[in-house]
Amino acid sequence: MAAEKMSLSKAINASLRTALESDPKVLIMGEDVGKLGGVFRVTDGLQKDFGEDRVIDTPLAESGIVGTAIGLALRGYRPVVEIQFDGFVFPAYDQIVTQLAKMHARSLGKVKLPVVVRIPYGGGIGAVEHHSESPEALFAHVAGLKVISPANASDAYWMLQQAIGSDDPVIYFEPKRRYHDKSEVDTAAIPGPLHAARVVRPGADLTLAAYGPMVKVALDAAAAAAEEGKSIEVVDLRSMSPIDFDTIQRSVERTGRLVVVHEAPVFLGTGSEIAARITERCFYHLEAPVLRVGGFHSPYPPSRLEDEYLPGLDRVLDAVDRALAY
Amino acid sequence: MTVESTAARKPRRSGAKRSTTARDAKKQPEGQTELVQLLTPEGERVEHPEYAIDPTPEELRGLYRDMVLTRRFDAEATTLQRQGELGLWASLLGQEAAQIGSGRALHDDDYVFPTYREHGVAWCRGVDPTNLLGMFRGVNHGGWDPNSNNFHLYTIVIGSQTLHATGYAMGIAKDGADAAVLAYFGDGASSQGDVAESFTFSAVYNAPVVFFCQNNQWAISEPTEKQTRVPLYQRAQGYGFPGVRVDGNDVLACLAVTKAALERARTGQGPMLIEAFTYRMGAHTTSDDPTRYRSPEERELWETKDPILRLRTLLTREGLADDAFFAELERESDALAKRVRDAVRAMPDPDDMALFEHTYADGHALVDEERAQFAEYQASFVTAEEGI
Repeated sequence: MAAEKMSLSKAINASLRTALESDPKVLIMGEDVGKLGGVFRVTDGLQKDFGEDRVIDTPLAESGIVGTAIGLALRGYRPVVEIQFDGFVFPAYDQIVTQLAKMHARSLGKVKLPVVVRIPYGGGIGAVEHHSESPEALFAHVAGLKVISPANASDAYWMLQQAIGSDDPVIYFEPKRRYHDKSEVDTAAIPGPLHAARVVRPGADLTLAAYGPMVKVALDAAAAAAEEGKSIEVVDLRSMSPIDFDTIQRSVERTGRLVVVHEAPVFLGTGSEIAARITERCFYHLEAPVLRVGGFHSPYPPSRLEDEYLPGLDRVLDAVDRALAY
Repeated sequence: MTVESTAARKPRRSGAKRSTTARDAKKQPEGQTELVQLLTPEGERVEHPEYAIDPTPEELRGLYRDMVLTRRFDAEATTLQRQGELGLWASLLGQEAAQIGSGRALHDDDYVFPTYREHGVAWCRGVDPTNLLGMFRGVNHGGWDPNSNNFHLYTIVIGSQTLHATGYAMGIAKDGADAAVLAYFGDGASSQGDVAESFTFSAVYNAPVVFFCQNNQWAISEPTEKQTRVPLYQRAQGYGFPGVRVDGNDVLACLAVTKAALERARTGQGPMLIEAFTYRMGAHTTSDDPTRYRSPEERELWETKDPILRLRTLLTREGLADDAFFAELERESDALAKRVRDAVRAMPDPDDMALFEHTYADGHALVDEERAQFAEYQASFVTAEEGI
C-alpha cells in the first residue's frame, strides 16, 4: 500500500487490520467491537474478516476486559482492548494500575505484558456525562505504563502499530473529535520513534506544546497569530509517558517562551510536569513563565458548557499574548 | 461461635431462613449433605457417589509428606518473621489439605494463579519455597519466573488474579491445548467485582478454569457472613456452571474434586467453582491479632478437624506408614526448616540501582534520566570520601 488520504478512525481500523494480518497472536477485545464495529465504527469489518475468535465482543465489564487481556498476554497473546469511552476506564483502573503496570517489574523482567488499551477520549462532541474526559495524566503518573495520543491519521496508524509491537503496556488515547479528520497516511513509510515529539509548525517567538485533539487548536492559533505578525512554533508531544523533553527544550531554547495546551484539567496535569521540567532545563532561556491552558478543576461540564471548558482559539491566543507581554 | 452483626440478628421476614442456613453450615459442616468428604476428622475413609478416589499407600504417604513439610515451612517462616527476618508472613496453617489436595490434582501443563497464601500449592508445583520469601523479606515483589513452574506470582490485591486466570484459560482454549487453569481466592475475595467478572467471562467463553475458593471463614476480621448470605459454592449456579463444597480439611476430597473439575475443564466443559470449607488456624498475617475478633473455642473446634492429624490416623491405623517413615519425615522437616532459615538470612538486599530495573521492557526516557541522576548522586559520596 502506498500513501492515501484517510480519516483518523479509518487509519486506526487499517492499523488494527494490519496487526491482525501480520501476527496471529494479536486479538481485539471490547464492548461492541465485533458486529457493530465499535460505537465509533473504528473496528468496522474486522470481526467479519478475522472471526469472533480474534475480534472478541466482551461482556460489559471493563475490569474483566483488562484483567482477561492480562491473562491472555501471559499466555502469549497480544490483546488490543477497547474501552468504549474515557470515563468508563475507571472500573478497569485497578487492573491497569495494580496489575498491568507492575507485573513486568514484579517478575524482575520475566513476564512481558504487550497489552494495548485503546481509549477514545476528550470532549467537543456534545456527549453526556463520562463521555468526554481526558484522564491521561492519571495513567502517565503510573510507572510501568506508556501513554500516547496521535493527533493525525498517519500517527494514528503508525503509533498503534508500534504500540502493539511494544512489549510494554501502552495506553493509546484516541482524540475522538478528530476521528473524521483526514490526512495522508503512508503505510509503507518507516515511522519515527514512538515517543518522539514533533515540531509540526516552526516559529521563532513562542512554543505551543499540545497533543491529541489540541494539536489542531494549537495550529489554528499559530496561524491566527501569524496574521498579527507573531511567529509561533507548534510541538505535537505525541507521547505523555515518556515525554520528549529534549525536543521541547530545543524549541524553547529557540523561542524563549512556552505555552502548554491540553483538554485535561490544568491542576497537576501534563502541562504542570512540562512547566516544571522546562523551567529546570531552560531557566536562563525563558523570557516568560511557562503558561498552561486547559480544563478547569471541575467535573467535565454538561455539553452546553463544554465550549467554555475546552481550550479554544481565544483562550490559547490570550495565553500567547500574556507570555509575549513579559 | 462467630461474630454476628446486630443487623444479622434482627428478625426479618425475608432472608431470615437463609441466614440461619448459612450459620448452620458454618457450625456443622459435616452435617451438610452438600459437603464432599472422603476422609472424616476421625481418619475414616467414606464413600462419595460422584468423587471416588483410590490412592495407593505411596500416594497417601506422599500427600501426608507434602502437608507436613508445608506446615513446617510455614511455621519456619512465621518464626523468621518473629525474629525480624521477614517483614510479614501470611500463614497457611490449617489449609494444608485444601492446598496439597488441589495442588496434587494438577498436570504439568496446567497453570496456577495464586493469592499470597498458596505456599502448599507452590510446593506441589515444585517452586523452591525460598522463592516465596523474597517479597515478605522485602527484597522483591515476587521475582520468580511464573513460566518455570506454571505458577503465577502472588497477587496481593484481592481477587485480581481470577481475571488473569480466566484470560489465560481463554488463551488455552484458543490454543486448543490440553490444559486447564486453577485460580485460588478466598471467601473475602468472593465479594470483589473482579471475581464476579471472572465468573461471567469464564462462563461466556467456556474457559477451562477451575475456581478454588478457600473459605477459611475469616477475611482478616470479617466473617464469611459479612461476605455472603448463601453458601459460596452456590454462586456458580447463577453464572451457569457447577459449584461444589468440599471439606477443605480433607486432602482426599480436595484432590478428588479438583481432579474432576480440572478434567472437566480440560475436556471443554467449562469452568467450575470449588469451595473448600476450611479454617485459617492462625492470624490473617503476622500483623493481625485474631483474639480480637474470634473465640478460642472456635479454634479448638477446628483443631479437632486438623487435616494432617486425620491422615496420620488413617496411615497409622491401616498400617500404611511405620515409625521409620514418620521419623524420616521429621528429619526431612528439620532439614527443610534449616535450608529456609539459611536461605532467608543469606538473601542479599537488592542493589540500589535495582530501583531503575524492569519498570519497562522496552526502556523509558524518564527512567533513564532518573537512573543517571541517581547514579551521579550516589557517586558524589564516593568522590567526597576519596577527597577528590
